[in-house]
Amino acid sequence: MGIRVPAMVLAVWLLPLQVSAQATGPSGQAMAQTCYVCHGPAGKSDGPIASLAGLPRDHIVRQMADFKADRRPGTIMNRIAKGYSDEQIAAIADFIATLK
Amino acid sequence: MTTTRRSLLKTAGAAAGLGVIGMPALAQGAAGKIVIVGAGFGGATTARYLKRANPALDVTVVERDDRYVTCPFSNYVIAGFRKLDDLTHSFDGLRKAGIKVVKGEATAIDTATRSVSLGDGTKHAYDRLVVSPGVDLSFTGVPGYSEAAAEKMPHAWKAGPQTLLLRRQLEAMPDGGTFILCAPANPFRCPPGPYERVSVVAWYLKTSKPKSKILVLDAKDVFSKQGLFQAAWESEFPGMVTWIAGKDGGKVESVDPASMTVKSGFGSETGAVINVIPPQRAGAIAHAAGLVGDNGWCPVDPMTFASTRAANVYVVGDAAVAGAMPKSGSSANTQGKVVAAAIVASLAGRTPGAPALFNICYSLVTPEYGISTTDVYQVSDKGITTTPNAGGVSVRTPTTLNERKLEAEYTVNWYKSITADVWA
Ligand SMILES: Cc1cc2nc3c(=O)[nH]c(=O)nc-3n(C[C@H](O)[C@H](O)[C@H](O)COP(=O)(O)OP(=O)(O)OC[C@H]3O[C@@H](n4cnc5c(N)ncnc54)[C@H](O)[C@@H]3O)c2cc1C
Ligand code: HEC
Repeated sequence: MGIRVPAMVLAVWLLPLQVSAQATGPSGQAMAQTCYVCHGPAGKSDGPIASLAGLPRDHIVRQMADFKADRRPGTIMNRIAKGYSDEQIAAIADFIATLK
Repeated sequence: MTTTRRSLLKTAGAAAGLGVIGMPALAQGAAGKIVIVGAGFGGATTARYLKRANPALDVTVVERDDRYVTCPFSNYVIAGFRKLDDLTHSFDGLRKAGIKVVKGEATAIDTATRSVSLGDGTKHAYDRLVVSPGVDLSFTGVPGYSEAAAEKMPHAWKAGPQTLLLRRQLEAMPDGGTFILCAPANPFRCPPGPYERVSVVAWYLKTSKPKSKILVLDAKDVFSKQGLFQAAWESEFPGMVTWIAGKDGGKVESVDPASMTVKSGFGSETGAVINVIPPQRAGAIAHAAGLVGDNGWCPVDPMTFASTRAANVYVVGDAAVAGAMPKSGSSANTQGKVVAAAIVASLAGRTPGAPALFNICYSLVTPEYGISTTDVYQVSDKGITTTPNAGGVSVRTPTTLNERKLEAEYTVNWYKSITADVWA
């Protein structure tokens, strides 16, 4: 008996969860992990592309906003920053600020 | 209690195959056995990020080779400014991270009993399986071509001996010879790859054999970063490269290795060195396991990269159908991270978060001239699509920032970063 009830509860549970996962979009961590292919694993780069680990949250937010608005010129960050909403940039920066 | 929990996990597992998962967080970081086929960009990234998310997971990677040689940068070996050794990565980094690396060929997958068979007869049971076998070349896709013919007309579309063969042929080519490259129709591994190869080979020939010519016979009418590549060919190697579109007869009809000729609607052309890049399909194991659709590639749920054809199985990298994403190492890398998160969530009975998908393809035209194309992707009921008004290619006209020179440096930095992320 106790085995079947949770399965039914589950079905009811599912809908709001699915919708909210899609509405909120990817987590800051998931988005930040896509930056590593250039900025290095865990945001530590060995080369001319800056390390992200250790950058203050507000600095990241400001740079991303400047790239997005083309206030700061770049080879590629302008194209990348335009792919994220301001909320997503804040979430990315929150996560990166936790990298040591 | 134990019974209840086990049956709940079972429910979640069955639901995962349908692409609908979601449960209260019953077992945060639940353990499980994960088998991954392939230690390339997709497979090794998935292994890495699984272990990082939950060190308690039992992660085994099955790989046929002792080391991995990257296709990225193999065009630079062909052009003579990189060594194959620089592109060769051991699996020690994976082992140090607690991942088991088993040498062997996965020959069969039983998705009902959840086990992978290896060529030596051993079997590996799994709770979740990740398949990242990359591509197989379809030698029959070009009449006259074969594995034997590839010893005379290399494809060099898998990095290793074929890369070195094409390099040796170019070194031996007389000044004034013609290098013919036959480019395939879409979809294929690395859309800008053939054109990057044309570029760096032109750079080598211009420096060492300046009377030589390059003829590109293409099955397509348009190609990746076309405007940037063609402008660069004109400015850097004027008059050296001729590109024939499919509509103008570029599609190869047959090749003859004995006479070193290529027949197409354009005519019959003889080359001193001929590089045939044949059509491709998902690696054989994906076919053997019944994971492919009619088009030879593996359909997946774009939210999680779970196979739509078998429960508890995920497909990443070149083998997967991933909407607008190109078949690239960079795509495979972000897909691996998505799958790792999806598997951890599924084992713990949680709904995975939305996927973050991204691609960057840098190409060098010369060692000091780089260009790129990049995209941030969105996943919706339309599948995987590019984000409007974002991404795209490098500026058409460089500014005082000196974009071409900088992107050449960033190309090298990208390689260091991504290979460290995957194998270091
Ligand atoms: C010339 C060239 C240049 C490229 N340049 C770039 C670039 O600059 N940037 C970029 O992002 N991408 C580039 N690519 C594309 C990139 O190489 C692929 O997209 C990438 O390797 C795909 O990763 P994957 O994990 O799907 O497959 P792979 O990396 O090919 O990995 C598959 C692995 O699985 C193993 N395997 C397969 N079947 C079995 C089996 N049955 N049993 C055991 N092991 C098995 C293989 O040995 C291999 O190690 C380039 C490709 C080429 C050809
Ligand atoms: C394709 C490679 C690449 C990727 C991927 C990438 N970056 Fe960058 N990043 C660069 C380069 C190159 C620069 C230097 C500016 C330029 O040329 O665009 C840079 C600069 C930056 C800077 C400025 C650093 C400083 O202090 O001056 C920030 C912040 C940044 N990136 C954040 C990010 C974030 C966040 C992501 C992921 C969402 C990301 N980058 C993804 C290549 C990349």
